[in-house]
This record gives sequence, structure tokens and C-alpha cells, in this order.
Amino acid sequence: MEKNKNQKDLFHISIPFEKQKKLSFYTDSSIPIEKYYNPINQDNYFLDKIGYPGKYPYTRGIHPTMYRQKLWTIRQYAGFGSAYETNERFRYLLKEGQNALSVAFDLPTQLGYDSDHPLAEGEVGKVGVAIDTLHDMEKLFNDIRLDHISTSMTINAPAIILYCMYIAIAEKQGLSSEQITGTVQNDILKEYIARGTYIFPPKPSIRLTTDLLEYSHKHTPKFNSISISGYHIRESGSNAIQELAFTFANAMTYIDEALRRGIKVDEFASRLSFFFSASNDFFEEIAKFRAARRIWATIMKKQYQAKEPKCWQLRFHTQTAGSTLTKQDPDNNIIRVTLQALSAVLGGTQSLHTNAKDEASSLPNEDAAKTALRTQQIIAFESGVGSSVDPLGGSYYVEYLTNEIEKQVYEYINEIQRIGGTINAIETGYFHNEIQNVAYETYKQVENKEKTIVGVNKFDTDTKRELHTPRLFSSDHSQINSVNEVKKRRNELKVTRCLSDLRNAITTDENLVPFVLAAVKSYCTVGEICHVFREVFGSYSANEKT
Amino acid sequence: MYSEKCLGHTRQMKKHEQIRVLIGKVGLDGHNRGAIILAKALREKGMYTVYSGLRQSPEQIAAQAMKYNVDIIGLSSLSGAHRSLFPKVASELSKLEGRHILIIGGGLIPDSDIAFLEKRGITKVFNDSNISIEEIVNSIEQLVFKRKYSLKN
Repeated sequence: MEKNKNQKDLFHISIPFEKQKKLSFYTDSSIPIEKYYNPINQDNYFLDKIGYPGKYPYTRGIHPTMYRQKLWTIRQYAGFGSAYETNERFRYLLKEGQNALSVAFDLPTQLGYDSDHPLAEGEVGKVGVAIDTLHDMEKLFNDIRLDHISTSMTINAPAIILYCMYIAIAEKQGLSSEQITGTVQNDILKEYIARGTYIFPPKPSIRLTTDLLEYSHKHTPKFNSISISGYHIRESGSNAIQELAFTFANAMTYIDEALRRGIKVDEFASRLSFFFSASNDFFEEIAKFRAARRIWATIMKKQYQAKEPKCWQLRFHTQTAGSTLTKQDPDNNIIRVTLQALSAVLGGTQSLHTNAKDEASSLPNEDAAKTALRTQQIIAFESGVGSSVDPLGGSYYVEYLTNEIEKQVYEYINEIQRIGGTINAIETGYFHNEIQNVAYETYKQVENKEKTIVGVNKFDTDTKRELHTPRLFSSDHSQINSVNEVKKRRNELKVTRCLSDLRNAITTDENLVPFVLAAVKSYCTVGEICHVFREVFGSYSANEKT
Repeated sequence: MYSEKCLGHTRQMKKHEQIRVLIGKVGLDGHNRGAIILAKALREKGMYTVYSGLRQSPEQIAAQAMKYNVDIIGLSSLSGAHRSLFPKVASELSKLEGRHILIIGGGLIPDSDIAFLEKRGITKVFNDSNISIEEIVNSIEQLVFKRKYSLKN
């Protein structure tokens, strides 16, 4: 009891929460609840398509007991301003019962520019935290023990740099790299398709992705070296089928590249993780998650011949769909988020982020962030939806939707292969076209009111808008001063040597992680390291036709 | 202000003079869904519309506006950098003798920033998620007509 009041022990709070072990489950009226329910007639169709939780093809979930034994990870994406400010928010979220961290980086960091770069003007600390050097990462994880929490980092083009910084922080805390848990997004292909924070051309980018994959499976075996993301594809306007198809097409490209390097599929595929959106169409979303598990299990077992069952299991994080939030009547967003989060839970997600009600206007304020967190906690601890695994399994409608989505996803994956694979599809603008057509169609449906958005195109009399007060961050200026301070204190000779070693290594086949690790430990900046990459790899310019 | 009368004029004007628009993604922000939808919709409404592509600097936006000889630039930003970037586009345009080109903006822009932007060369800001394309089209027509009319006199 005493311990929990101690700041330093803040991060132990999550442990009993995660490992809640109840032996028997009952409804509120004391009806006993079994782990899961099956049809009386378990014919071949049932066994092939639906089956049991924790068994291939995992339609019903990757664990036999799912949330009865281990709740999903409550992981709220956060980051703004300086490392100091974000560290405060992290500690607040952990205190309120979140059990993992998820870092949002600002755009200059995501695009490999230091805070003092001309293109960073006005963007420093805006959509995430500004990280220029290891010094900022030290502040970001101040008083947070990396062996007690897992951290997800939304970083792609410069993923290798932030991953190395995380290892360096662990070492400073006296931990070995084998102990760290978490995820680095490291999914560059979807950046060209949807999210837009690519730096280098696809081929050298995939080399960086694969270097990280290869290094991670040896040195950080508990870390997910990639989170292959459909979320941003969906947010840029795709439908649920495209979301899955494009994500799996990307995943297969990474696997092919790793296999080409001679890494065995069973050695790394179990550390591949995924990230999907939970949008408005409740049953379609549930069916999407179920279909996704079956498709992935089939691809891994049949196509890639993986022997290790862990490689067949699709593990994914889910975020509720930000693009469905409205500025009008922001309270309505709480209801949208609740339904979306529920679909993710009924779909068997491993980890969840719920959006805050004010995110159509700004980064969430503390109250809105708390309500978003409470939404998950109410689903987890009050609703009882986690008492039986895959409670919708066997529903005629849900199984029909699951089959339909599966069928159409395969058609799309085959189409992408027919046109020459993902990189070709990126370079010819295929993905952009496919997504834009759907996005435009959706927009038209909203405009002519075929698709209803409550408070926007229907029931829109007397809608409220909250007067938004922009958050005051520490300025670009203070971050620039802080980088300059670090530059003054560091050993310039070491910096120069690390950067030239890295430059030389790029021209060989060597794995670049050790070189980047040495560079970040010498306090080279994100911008300096990316500059070396830019010099050798060049920059990518998209083929963007509308 | 000029709604009825002006609208009549602009519809007439459109017959012999197509409005030319640049939809610009300025800054590092990668959110392009709205910008692309708007570009497509304006084209469908008969305007000559160019989409800048992602991650353009203010200098690049101004240069594109001159190159395509547009009447109006629609800037989009959802990263919070509009306060520095939108006014910079206006000043870059002046450097290129492009003061006649109008600038409007949209995206994730707090109401409290609108006056700030309007003082710095941004004629109108659309920050409501329920604004219809029809309303944006009408606004563009009115603004361009008014600008052309005032330049002629």
C-alpha cells in the first residue's frame, strides 16, 4: 500500500492489472461462463474456417483464453512539445492505469531534420515530441524503468535511429538489450502508400527496415521489430478490405526481403506485429479482425511454410479511427470511440488506443485523454465482454462477413502480385488511385447525405463547438537551444568518426544498426545521421497524381 | 456581402474565364486526404486545379502558383504549423510579384488563429468539418471575382 504512493513505484501498478487471474467467470445473474462456445456439430467447415481459439487458423483469437487471463494492453499514443513535457504526460497516463507507452514524435524527427533545420520551422513539438539527440530520449524516459513497461514508437524512415536510442537508454539504466519490450513501427512501405513520412527511395528504405529486423531478432528478442500498419491506409480513405490487403502485401514484401538475406522465416516472423484501425461499421470491423487472423495464418503456414505456430499468429494493435471524429458536438465522439473500441475487443485485439473526444480539433487535453482511457477501462472491467472468447463466433452474419472480407482481400493481394508487387504498385501510383477512388466516393456519400454523420449532415441543429484553446508548448527556440547545448558538450572527434564509419558501412552489405548505435551514443543528432543516409540513398519524390 | 449579385457575375464570368486553383500541401504534414478530395471536387466543378504534392516549402508553393498562373491558392495543414507557414507563402508570393494571387487555408486550424492569419495575407480560413464543397466553390468564385473586379478598377 505504502509503496504505491511512492513515485518511483508508479510503474508497478500495472502488473497485477495485467496478470489478473480469475478461475471462474459468471454473468451478473450468476450464470457460469465457459472459455468459449462451439456448435454441437463440429464439422469440417467449422474446423477449417472457425475452429477453436488458440488453434490454427486462429479466426477466433490467438490465445485459448484471451482476455480471461490477460487483458489487452492499454496503450495510449502520446507526445507533444519537449521531452520533458511528454515525460510528464506519460507519468500521468501510467498513474491513471495505462500499462504501456506509445510515443508520438514530431514531424521534423519523423523526417530526419533537427529542430534547427529551416524546414522544421513551425513544426517542432507540434504533432509529437521533438527528439534531436540521445539527451532528449534520456529526458523522455526519466524515472521510467524500461524493464517495467513496454514502449511503442511510431517512427518509420529514421526507425533505426530511435530504436538505437531506446537500446542506449536501456543500457544507461543498467539493462541489457535482451530485456527491452515494445515495438518500433518501422513500416516504410505504408508511408509511400498513405502516411507520407518517407525520406529515402523504397529500396534503400527496405534495407534499413530489414537491418533492424535482422539485428533485433538476435539482440532484442522481446522487441517487435516492425508494426505493419493498415491504420494509416484506412485513415487516408481506404475501406476495410483495402486496409487488410495492402497491409498484408507490404508484410509479404518485408518477409521476401528477409528471406533473400538468408534469414529463416521461423527465426523472425514471430516478431512481426500489426496495427489496424477500428472504424464505424461495427460488425464489418469485427469480421475484418477475424478475417485478418485467418488470412495471415494461412499465408504464413501455406505460402511461407513457417513451422513455428507463433509465426502463424497475427498479433495486432488497434486504434479507433481518428478520421471519424467530428469537431461539432465533440461529446458525440466519446460514443463513436466506445463503439469502435468495442469492435476491436470483440475482434480480439492485443493492444488498443482509444482516441480522445477533442482530437478533431487538437491534441487531447488532459481531461479528454482521461475519458479516452476510462472508455477502455469500462469495456475491460464493467461490460464483461471479455469473459468468453470470440462471443460472436458462429453468428451467421459475422461469419458471412468474415468469409466475404477474406475472399476479397485475397483477390486484391493477387491483383497486386499481378501488377508486379508492392514497390511497383507504389511507384506507379496504383495504391494512391485505389484509395483515392474510395475516399472520393465516401466524401460524395456524406455530401449527398447517403452516409450519415450525426451532428454534421443530420441532427445538426444547434450543434456545439468547444472553443479550443491552443496548448502552449515550449517553443522551437528552447528546443534549438537544447540541441546547441548538447553539441557544445559532446566530443566532436567521436561524432565525426561515427558519421564517417556509418557512411562507409552504407556502401557495404553490413548491417547498419551497430554503426547507428555508436553514433547515437556519441550524441550525433537525428538530422546528422539522416543527412548521411540522404547523401548516399538520395530522397524520394512521390508520383502523386490526383 | 456580395452573395446574390456577385454570384450571378461569377457564374457568367466562368463561361469565358476558367478559375485556376493550386491546392497546396505546405510543410512536413502528410495528411492529404482532404486536399486531394477538394482538388478532385473543384476539377469536377469546372475549375482548373493543380495539386502541389506533399511536403512543399512556402517557396515551392509560391513558385508553383506563378508557374501555373493561378488565381487562388488553397493551403492545407493539419500539423499545427499554419501560423508560421501560411504567412510565409504570402510573403514568398509578394517576392515573386504574385500579390494578385489570393490565399485561402484549411485543415486543423483553431478558431483563435483565424484573425492572426487574416492579418497576414490569408483571405479566408475554412476550419469546419461540415463545410460543403459547394460552399467552398462559391467562396472561391466570389473571392476571385471580387479580386479581379477590384484590380480592373
